[in-house]
Amino acid sequence: MSNSLKPQEAGTTPVEGTTNPVQRQANILRHERMQALMRTAGMLPILILLCIGFGITTGNFFSLQNLSIVTQQASINVVLAAGMTFVILTGGIDLSVGSVLSAAAVAALLASNIPGFGGLAVPVALAVGAGFGLINGALISLLRLPPFIVTLGSLTAVRGIARLMGHDTTIFNPQLSFAFIGNESLFGIPWLVIIAIAVVAISWFILRRTVLGLRIYSVGGNPEAARLSGIRVWGIEMFVYVISGFLAGLGAVMSAARLYAANGLQMGQSYELDAIAAVILGGTSFVGGVGSIIGTLVGALIIAVLTNGLVLLGVSDVWQYIIKGLVIIGAVTLDRFRQRGSART
Amino acid sequence: MPMPESPPPILAMRGISKTFPGVRALDNVSLTVYPGEVHSLMGENGAGKSTLMKVLSGAYQADPGGEILVDGKVTSIDGPLAAKAIGVAVIYQELSLAPNLSVAENIHAGRELRKGGRFGLVDRAGMERGCEDVLKRLGASFRPQTLVGDLSIAEQQLVEIARAVHANARILVMDEPTTPLSSRETDRLFELIRTLRAEGLAIIYISHRMAEIYELSDRVSVLRDGAYVGTLDRADLSAESLVKMMVGRDISGFYKKQHAAYDPGKVVLSVRDVADGRRVKGCSLELHAGEVLGIAGLVGAGRTELARLIFGAEPRIRGDITVDGKTLAMRSPRDAINAGVVYLTEDRKRQGLFLDMSVRDNINVAVCGRDARIGVLDLARGAVRARDAISALSIRVASAKVNAGSLSGGNQQKVLLSRLLETKPRVLILDEPTRGVDIGAKSEIYRIINELARSGVGIIVISSELPEVIGVADRVLVMREGELAGQLGGHTRTPITQEAIIELATGSRPPVDQAA
Repeated sequence: MSNSLKPQEAGTTPVEGTTNPVQRQANILRHERMQALMRTAGMLPILILLCIGFGITTGNFFSLQNLSIVTQQASINVVLAAGMTFVILTGGIDLSVGSVLSAAAVAALLASNIPGFGGLAVPVALAVGAGFGLINGALISLLRLPPFIVTLGSLTAVRGIARLMGHDTTIFNPQLSFAFIGNESLFGIPWLVIIAIAVVAISWFILRRTVLGLRIYSVGGNPEAARLSGIRVWGIEMFVYVISGFLAGLGAVMSAARLYAANGLQMGQSYELDAIAAVILGGTSFVGGVGSIIGTLVGALIIAVLTNGLVLLGVSDVWQYIIKGLVIIGAVTLDRFRQRGSART
Repeated sequence: MPMPESPPPILAMRGISKTFPGVRALDNVSLTVYPGEVHSLMGENGAGKSTLMKVLSGAYQADPGGEILVDGKVTSIDGPLAAKAIGVAVIYQELSLAPNLSVAENIHAGRELRKGGRFGLVDRAGMERGCEDVLKRLGASFRPQTLVGDLSIAEQQLVEIARAVHANARILVMDEPTTPLSSRETDRLFELIRTLRAEGLAIIYISHRMAEIYELSDRVSVLRDGAYVGTLDRADLSAESLVKMMVGRDISGFYKKQHAAYDPGKVVLSVRDVADGRRVKGCSLELHAGEVLGIAGLVGAGRTELARLIFGAEPRIRGDITVDGKTLAMRSPRDAINAGVVYLTEDRKRQGLFLDMSVRDNINVAVCGRDARIGVLDLARGAVRARDAISALSIRVASAKVNAGSLSGGNQQKVLLSRLLETKPRVLILDEPTRGVDIGAKSEIYRIINELARSGVGIIVISSELPEVIGVADRVLVMREGELAGQLGGHTRTPITQEAIIELATGSRPPVDQAA
């Protein structure tokens, strides 16, 4: 009853050169592994090329001081992009992270200025972030509204709330209790970088080693199949938006710690675009179900290195924008070309 | 119909090979097709039929070395437009119509008529007039103005065929066209195919259904593992020879299971008067441990809807579901799975598999929560589960890490089935378990069903293939228009026959003897 695929046993026309199915499978496996490697590490060569290029052209790109600056600049985007990776893996999008970051930062600064309650600032920022994520998630997963529209709405509304909370002014606190996060190091590594690495490591663990992670990939890959497999799809969707909001809150703590200040108007402006760009550069599929956090890390580093290198080269602000945009499009185009030729019979 | 004085072949594909990275999909395949013949193409899933047709339709480029002759002249088909120009039209399983446009607009898609030259406005009235003729010839009962989305699947298929005929197609490829059709619609389609053949079209017909191949084909070519095996003339057709060519071995006693005396265990599932307020109008049934209950009926009779209602995949407006004597809420698939009731979907690609995930993850996804400790995956346990399932169901994969999307239909189905079986179900509902599955895998799925039943699982099998229902089920319920029309076999002691099922399914004696 088994082995129905075994060829060449019947007395019909003998055939030469057929690939044996198991061999064919092995080839497919090798091919898939290559593809998976390309997806995760696909942009790594570009990152390395950029580093080498700036190293040669600027002279001080590889100085310890500059590398410290680049990684610190990347850290906030890495944290936001990690949350964005969760969301995009389910086939969603979170446009509100920049606004949520500014609202959480304003809330943190307000809390830090209450005498005796300064220690609450960080928990307040995280809670505000997670809270807005919960609202996004509830609208998307329970009312079945499209993620793009819901978070486009909260992009605007939460920005307004941030300005309202701070009475449309910048709030300062020179004695900020958590300022060490933005300015100090542990064993020579800036706290910002440590936080970003920790977020990437924990995200990797959740996505690759937990039931929750497998379910996130399942929901993104095929929501109906996930539902029929007994997965609470709404719960998974709720989770990813809460995580995205929470990490935006963490990003707020990191930003505010550097600035000793927060305001609702400019803070976190268009951060969502850098986060999305990092995720896309990292090879995560916009449709959901395929992608990795390591790719996102590489994507975020490409953006940071590019920004930093162009500044070192003295390229004007205007041209920085143009070049950054073109590099994102070009890198993804290159990636698509390399991944072509994959086919199923 | 290659008679001695037959016309020259309209199409001759010679020595066609196609290689993808790591895969040789076609290896030196030849195919000769004459005008005015129905040439069937058979082979298990993954044998290369679709790839060959994609080469013909310009979707793929064959490797250098082969040649394609149209009307005896060497022709290069370097893209879909070139294929269209020589008169190749393909009707895929998934129809490629725009549901929001009218019949006339769909028929003219890409060749819209314009008033006054190239940049003129769309000439809607002209297009409607232009396709009236072809619709009439094909026996359509709808008007050119009708929105395609308002048509039934069978009618939409007719629109696709009309589009091909209207574009002067001379080689019409049909890929499993009867899958979504009821048997009456199938008859009508066959009539149409015969008309087109009489008009001199060459029709390449791909199907897994033996009965259709018999009924239609003038000649049958068989592919296996990407290679051409041989061609049979109508006179030489027999089930044994075809199966042997496809599988490379003999399959005897294909459908028949050893029917033990009907001796059901206690009731595991009892459904009382469930309704969804739309399709299903109050159905009750009981399923015993160790029993295989077939559910037959025409497409649209509400079989799938009833199954999804029991499984909690759709909300029900009334009715009780009792599993092992306990009446349960069963409001979601999750509830059902926890109660030991699982459902194999009829549409494994859209509702079943995670194509971009590994076979291992696909098998484990429903049980990984049970295996996990504080939410952390038990990778070792998952690997063992996958390995055991692969060997128990003889799933042919090089490794459990291969993506499910790269497997053939039969192996995909077995992966999906093992996902369900890992939950240790009491009740297994299988919706078209062998759809799009090759013959080898089919017989293995029947073996698995029998083994599970023997181990005491209650099994419901929904199928449109009557020989399958009859072969596999101890008892058959027939649905008609959302209600249970009758019951055959089991304690009723009525014989389960095609005639009896069709009579119950249609509510009348069939006009002709139906071959499913």
